[in-house]
Amino acid sequence: MARLFKAVVVGVSTGGVLALQKLLGQLPADFHLPILIVQHIGPDAGSGLAKLLDERCALRVKEADEQDEILPGTAYLAPPNYHLLVERGGFLSFSADPYVSFARPSVDVLFESAAEVFGPELIGVVLTGANFDGSRGLMTIKQKGGVAIVQDPEDAEARQMPQAAMAATDVDYVLALDGMAALLLKLASGRAAISHKGTGAR
Amino acid sequence: MQSGEVEDVEIRLLLEGVQRIYGYDFRDYADASIRRRLTHWLAESEFATFSQAQSRLLRDRGVFESLVRGITVNVTEMFRDPAFFRAVREQVVPFLKTYPFVKIWHAGCATGEEAYSMAILLNEEGMAGRYRMYATDINETVLQKASEGVMPIMEMQRFTRNYQKAGGRASFADYYTARYDRAILSATLKKDIVFAPHNLAVDGEFGEMNMVLCRNVMIYFKPALKERCLRLFDSSLLPGGFLCLGLKETLEKKKIGERYEELAPPLRIYRKRYG
Repeated sequence: MARLFKAVVVGVSTGGVLALQKLLGQLPADFHLPILIVQHIGPDAGSGLAKLLDERCALRVKEADEQDEILPGTAYLAPPNYHLLVERGGFLSFSADPYVSFARPSVDVLFESAAEVFGPELIGVVLTGANFDGSRGLMTIKQKGGVAIVQDPEDAEARQMPQAAMAATDVDYVLALDGMAALLLKLASGRAAISHKGTGAR
Repeated sequence: MQSGEVEDVEIRLLLEGVQRIYGYDFRDYADASIRRRLTHWLAESEFATFSQAQSRLLRDRGVFESLVRGITVNVTEMFRDPAFFRAVREQVVPFLKTYPFVKIWHAGCATGEEAYSMAILLNEEGMAGRYRMYATDINETVLQKASEGVMPIMEMQRFTRNYQKAGGRASFADYYTARYDRAILSATLKKDIVFAPHNLAVDGEFGEMNMVLCRNVMIYFKPALKERCLRLFDSSLLPGGFLCLGLKETLEKKKIGERYEELAPPLRIYRKRYG
């Protein structure tokens, strides 16, 4: 069944730099869904990661800025020390509220606010990480009818985050990083069959 | 209709009711964050839904006050963003020192961590007794805490690291006394700070300031309220005065932007031009 999506959200922690390079590096510059990313990062990390990824990927990658409009062909990274949220109307915002799931930026905060705005038109992706951030957020995405993708724990540098996400909700796809860009392309173009298992209450 | 949409309507009605009855206007707060905070408040309350909370909220001031406390608490830390405080020390204080006396407005000071950080910095730079800092917040409960100057001792390790990275010249432990699990800040830090209630959404400016700090407060506001705050800061600041924002807040594409130059680009320290 063809289906249209409005955005992809990605949560990643330990091993994230390499994982993001691989995933984003395999997407074309004209990938038409915006990608919003929380990579766990220290409070004083600066914006080096966005620059590095931007240089190495065809896709445009930037650190999210105040009032950024969410545009296709662009990946937005949450800045250090702020939660990244999605506003209705397709804009980004920040919060300096306390840590959620022991993290700021927190994957759960991004996923929950994106699910609120995009509902079933959202794809949530949980990648490698040594904690459980993102599992509650992925559950919310599923409850609102979105699609959940998790990196195969066997393929992940740290398996806890994918495992926690799989334990929290009935995910649609579990696969190695290598196949993930192709899957996103298929989903984005409406060519992938979407399993509706565990779609939850709407 | 999805449950999320029902909740959207409930939140809109609740905020409108609060504005009409109590005069506090939260409708210009950015949706995503206020929704998180409201949801958190609701979960901690005795009510199952916002509609259920509404009728009590509009009749019982105590419930309203708990709501305000819940949705306006901003958290920060001493010397948050050490590079910012270092830049203030190295690039702003030399200008401030050319005045016999300076006035500083710290808008949205929350529990006072950054106001006390600034007091430490100014005192170390020899400006003790030569400044007055007006530290304001909408939330009177946090203001009360701020004026007490008592912090959890477990935070002190992190604050000490920040202080050192920010170019602190003394031993951070000299600024507080440990009592059980509390750190009581030294009275010398308090004497030049005036804590006062102020609501950025409705209240007016503070006159003739040399410096205005408002960091990570406007991130919670919609664009129109951000512009209102910036207008307020602009009319409060003397020419040559400094405006300090959070690292994710800029004067780019803002109406007052052309009257300011950025002093330390990534750190959001702006200086108001003369004339």
